[in-house]
Amino acid sequence: MNQLIISAATEGANPLVPNPWEMLVVFAGFAVLMYIVVKYVVPMFEKTFAERAEAIEGGIAKAEKAQAEASAALEEYKQQLTDARAEANRIREEARAEGAQILADLKEKAALESARITAQAHAAIQSERQAAVVSLRTEVGTLATTLAGRIVGESLEDDARSARVVDRFLADLENQNAGAAK
Amino acid sequence: MIALALPAQDSGTFTPPGIEEIHLPAILPWGAADGFSKQMLLVILSVVIIAAFFLMAARKGQLVPGRLQFAGEAAYGFVRNGIGKDIIGGKDFMKYVPLLFSLFFFILVNNIYGAIPVIQLPTFSHVGGAYVMAGIVYVTWIAIGVKKNGLRYFKLATVPSGVPGYILPIVIPIEIISNFLVRPVTHSLRLFATMLAGHLIVMIAGSGIEYLVTQENLFLKGTSVLVLGGAIAMYMLEALIMVLQAYVFTLLTAIYIEGALHADSH
Repeated sequence: MNQLIISAATEGANPLVPNPWEMLVVFAGFAVLMYIVVKYVVPMFEKTFAERAEAIEGGIAKAEKAQAEASAALEEYKQQLTDARAEANRIREEARAEGAQILADLKEKAALESARITAQAHAAIQSERQAAVVSLRTEVGTLATTLAGRIVGESLEDDARSARVVDRFLADLENQNAGAAK
Repeated sequence: MIALALPAQDSGTFTPPGIEEIHLPAILPWGAADGFSKQMLLVILSVVIIAAFFLMAARKGQLVPGRLQFAGEAAYGFVRNGIGKDIIGGKDFMKYVPLLFSLFFFILVNNIYGAIPVIQLPTFSHVGGAYVMAGIVYVTWIAIGVKKNGLRYFKLATVPSGVPGYILPIVIPIEIISNFLVRPVTHSLRLFATMLAGHLIVMIAGSGIEYLVTQENLFLKGTSVLVLGGAIAMYMLEALIMVLQAYVFTLLTAIYIEGALHADSH
């Protein structure tokens, strides 16, 4: 290496002394390159980068929007389902209550009807019994009077008198019946 | 290098190629200096290559990129996010991405030239280009610092906060030298020296192989295989350094810009 440096020095080719024309060419070349880079290369790359970033971010935003819409729809459907269930429950409850009401009404009506029928029957029986008693009383009286007249031979044509007799007889009979029942 | 040096001393006829040999004769004679050289042609070619590739890759701007667009976006994103966003950060790093992007790919392509057979000339092995690149960065970060902080920037950049007063007379000159004088020199020479050294090593290995193969002695002829193996290993290392230096240069630029932007918090 020493030899190299010595030989270089002796021949006057100092490597640290620049060639001004080379410097000029390098400077001009670099200036041209800088111009092209500043004017075209960097803006084009940056534009592409920006567009790409925007496309990716736009895609993400779109996906997020779709997600939000989907969850909103889901929420709505759930709400509707809950509403429908509540409605069904309400209707069922109403129907049950209505059924119970109808049943109670019917029962009451039936009870009233049966009571009415029973009362009617009682009344009919009572009146018929009354009629029977009245007719029996008349007929038994007549029969007994006739019979007694025939047996006694005494005229018992006098109605008022015979009626009194019959009544007395019947009262005695009833008293006897009552005493026997006691 | 030892393998190369030994035969030279033994025979005394091997003359290694010197620095001057990397300056090829001009393609077109010019009035001044060396005329239009291969180096200048390569610089212009690199601008065409980079511009064409990225314009084609960026032109379509599809949301789902094709293969070319994907490659372009990956390369652009590497500088934009890996260097610009990570180092400068904040909201205004985008302002400096074009500079960082241009620097990285301009230096990268010009370095890679050194690894391509036939072309085989890393443009920045000629120091002029490295001076220009470092100079552009130097002016840029000072301008950013002044624009952001006003003239107070020079105080912020040279007087570190939290240092006791009695050390300041030592610290301030050191800061001035390291920030404003040494920084652009190291920035340019780092790139230039690595490229020149790599170029020289490959060139010396090449001429060494040529010399050894033409020897009468069969043993010396055989040792050329060793040199070839070493040269291939050095070539691989050089290819790595070419990429690395482009990255380092751009990374340092981002660090300088960040320092100028946030001078008051350093």
